Amino acid sequence: MENAFLAAFRLIVEMDPVLVGIVTLSLQVSLTAVLLASAIALPLGAAIALWRFPGRGAVIVFLNALMGLPPVVAGLMVYLLLSRAGPLGEFGLLFTPTAMVIAQMVLILPIVAALSRQVIEELWEEYREQLQSLGVTRLRAIPTLLWDARFSLVTVVLAGFGRASAEVGAVLIVGGNISGVTRVMTTAIALETSMGNLALALGLGIILLLLVATVNGLAYVIGETARRRLG
Amino acid sequence: MSQAATPSLLPLELRGVTFRHRDQTLLQPLDLRLERDGKTMIMGPNGAGKSLLMRICHGLLQPTAGSVRWAGAGATPETVRRRQAMVFQRPVMLRRSALANVRYALSVQGVAGSECRRRADEAIEHFGLQAIAQRPARVLSGGEQQRLALARAWALRPEILFMDEPTSALDPAAIRAVEEAVRTFHADGVRIVMNTHDLGQARRLADEVIFLVNGRLVERAPVDDFFERPRTREAAAFVQGELVW
Amino acid sequence: MKALLRNMILAPALLAAVVPVHAGDSGHITLASTTSTEASGLFGHIIPKFREATGIHVRVVAVGTGQAFEIGRRGDADIVLVHDTIGEEAFVEQGYAAERRDVMYNDFILVGPSPDPAGVAGAHSVRDAVRRIADGEHPFTSRGDDSGTHRAERGLWKDAGIEPAGHWYRELGSGMGATLNTAAAMDAYVYVDRATWIAFGNRQNLELLFEGDEAMFNQYGSLPLSTDRHPHLKHDKARKWHEWLLSDEGQEAIAGYALRGQQLFFPNAR
Repeated sequence: MENAFLAAFRLIVEMDPVLVGIVTLSLQVSLTAVLLASAIALPLGAAIALWRFPGRGAVIVFLNALMGLPPVVAGLMVYLLLSRAGPLGEFGLLFTPTAMVIAQMVLILPIVAALSRQVIEELWEEYREQLQSLGVTRLRAIPTLLWDARFSLVTVVLAGFGRASAEVGAVLIVGGNISGVTRVMTTAIALETSMGNLALALGLGIILLLLVATVNGLAYVIGETARRRLG
Repeated sequence: MSQAATPSLLPLELRGVTFRHRDQTLLQPLDLRLERDGKTMIMGPNGAGKSLLMRICHGLLQPTAGSVRWAGAGATPETVRRRQAMVFQRPVMLRRSALANVRYALSVQGVAGSECRRRADEAIEHFGLQAIAQRPARVLSGGEQQRLALARAWALRPEILFMDEPTSALDPAAIRAVEEAVRTFHADGVRIVMNTHDLGQARRLADEVIFLVNGRLVERAPVDDFFERPRTREAAAFVQGELVW
Repeated sequence: MKALLRNMILAPALLAAVVPVHAGDSGHITLASTTSTEASGLFGHIIPKFREATGIHVRVVAVGTGQAFEIGRRGDADIVLVHDTIGEEAFVEQGYAAERRDVMYNDFILVGPSPDPAGVAGAHSVRDAVRRIADGEHPFTSRGDDSGTHRAERGLWKDAGIEPAGHWYRELGSGMGATLNTAAAMDAYVYVDRATWIAFGNRQNLELLFEGDEAMFNQYGSLPLSTDRHPHLKHDKARKWHEWLLSDEGQEAIAGYALRGQQLFFPNAR
C-alpha cells in the first residue's frame, strides 16, 4: 500500500509522458462519451418524464435495468457491432478511441436517461400547472425543465462520468488496450495487475481516483456556488 | 391593457360541470356564467372545491362531465390560451432572475426582442420591483415572489386573471401589496376571479361572491348582499365565522 | 438549454480531437497476439525496430490465443501471432490464414509454492511432475480460458493420462497474470510461460520448480490472414511484418530481448 502511494507520487511528479498520454486519452474518451450520451439522454429522460404513453412503465423499468448492464456485455455488443464481420464493420472503428467512446456511451446513456427522468419528473410536478398556465407546451417545457434542473443534472451527468471513467470491461474489449492508441487508465491498471506490478497498478488507481475526484470537485464547487446564488 | 378594440373571450359559461375523482364527487353539477367585467370572489370552507373550480375555468383540469365554453366573439383556441393568466397560492418561479422570469412568460407567447424587453421592464416597474429585478427569483421572499408573479401575469396583458388564494401565505404588508395589485389589474380592465377565505379581503375587493360548500354552488350574490343579507343558512354561518372548516 | 447547446457544439469538437489519433493514418497494422508476449515486454522491444525499418506502426491487441483466433476469423486484425501449433494449423486449414510460419519459441515452466509439497522439483519428467500434483491433490490453478497456455497445459494432463478434476484443480477463466496472482495467493501450482514468469512482479511464495522438459516447448507462429476471406485488410503491410519477423534482422531483434538479464524468446524461423 505504501509502495502504491509512492508509485503514484513518483508518476505524478515525473509527469511520465506515457502516463500523461494515458490520462489525456482517458479524459478525452470519457468526457466525449459523457457529453454525447448526455446530449441524447437528457432530452430523452425529460421526454419520458413529461409524456404519458402506453408502455411507459416498461420503458422506465427497462432503462433502470440497463443501468446495471455489465460493462463486458456492453463491450461485447459494441464489439460485435463494430467488428469487420458486424453491421458497422466497414467503418473500421474497432480498436480505436471512437469505439471506446461508443461503448461508454452505451453504458452512460441509461444512467443519465433514467436519473434525469426522475429529476425532471419531480420538477415537472412542481412546475406543471404554472407552465401550463403560461401556455408552455410539453416540447417547450423540456429545455426549460432541463435548464432549471441543471444543478441536479450535473450530479446525474457526473454519475455517468464516474461509470465511464471507472469501467474496464467494455473498453478492453472494443479498444484492445493498444499501447499508445487505446490504452486508458483502467486498462493500464488491468495490464499492470496481470503483470504482477501491484504497487504500480494501485498507484495508477490512485491517480485515476484523484482525476475523478478533481472533476467531481470542480463540478461541486461550481454547482454549489450557483445554487446558493440562484436558489 | 384595454381590450376595447378587440373582441372579448368572455363571457365564460360552465354547464353541468362535474368533477369526480376515485368515486368521490368533488364538484356537483354546476352552472355558472362569468360576464365581461367585475371582481368575483369564490369563497367557502376548505375542501369546498374553490381551487378545483378555478382550475377547470382556467383550463388546467378537464371536468369529468359538463362543458366549459368561452362564449365571447374573440374566443379562439389561440386567444383562450393567451388572454387568461393565473396566480397561484405558491408562486412557481424559474431558476433565473426576476426579470428573466417575466421575459420567459412573454417569449412563450411569442413576444420577442425589444418588445419583450420593453414589456418586461414595464411590468417590473409597474409593480415596483426594479430593486430586485436582477435577483434570482427563487431566493426572493414569499411576498416578493407573489408580486413578481403578478407582474409576470400583468406583462401578458390578460383579459381575465384567476388568483388562487394569492395572499394566504403572506404577511400583512405583502397582503396589502397584492390587494393593491388586484386593484391595478381591475383599473386596467382585467376581469378578476379570486379564491379567498379571508372575509375582510373579500369585502375589500369583491363586486360579487360565489359561495361553495362541499362541491356545491350554494349562493351567488353581490358582495354587500352576501355579507349583509345572506340567503342561505350556510352562507349566514360562514359570514358569522361559524361554519366549521 | 444553454448547457445543452454548449454540449452539442463541444462534443463533436472533442470527438474530432480524439479521431485524428487513428483516422487517416494508414501507416499501421493491427496485430492480434497473446497476453504473454505483450506482458513480457517483447513487443515493446521489437516493434520500434520494425517501425524504423519500414515506417509501419504495429498496434498490438493482446488477448488469449482463443480470442486472437476469433479476432482473426472476424477480420478485426491484420495478422495473428500466437502459440498453439495444432490450433494454428487448423486455422490455416479452415482457410482463415494464408500460411503459418514458426517464428520463435520460449518454454513453459512449472511454478509452485516454495515448500513444494508435491515434490515437483524432483520429478523425472513433466508427466511425472503433474502426476505428483494430481496424486497428492495439491492445489493447481489453470487458466481455463482456452488460451495457448491453457491448451498446452491440457495437453500435459492428456499425455500423463489424467483427467484433472476435483476441488484441487481450479479453472479460473483468467489471463496469465491474474492466474499467477491467484496462485500466489492460494499457494497453488501453476503452468506458465517463462517470459510472463520473469516479468511477473508479485511472486510471494511462488518459485520455479520444474523446467527443461522438451514437452514444455512453447512455439510461436505468425499467421497472415487470408486475402480471399478478408480483402479489406492491410495485407501488404502485414506481409512486411510477417517477413520481417522471419528475416535475420527480425530474428536478431527477438534474440536481443532480455529481461532481468535473461533472454526470453529464442528465434527459430522456418
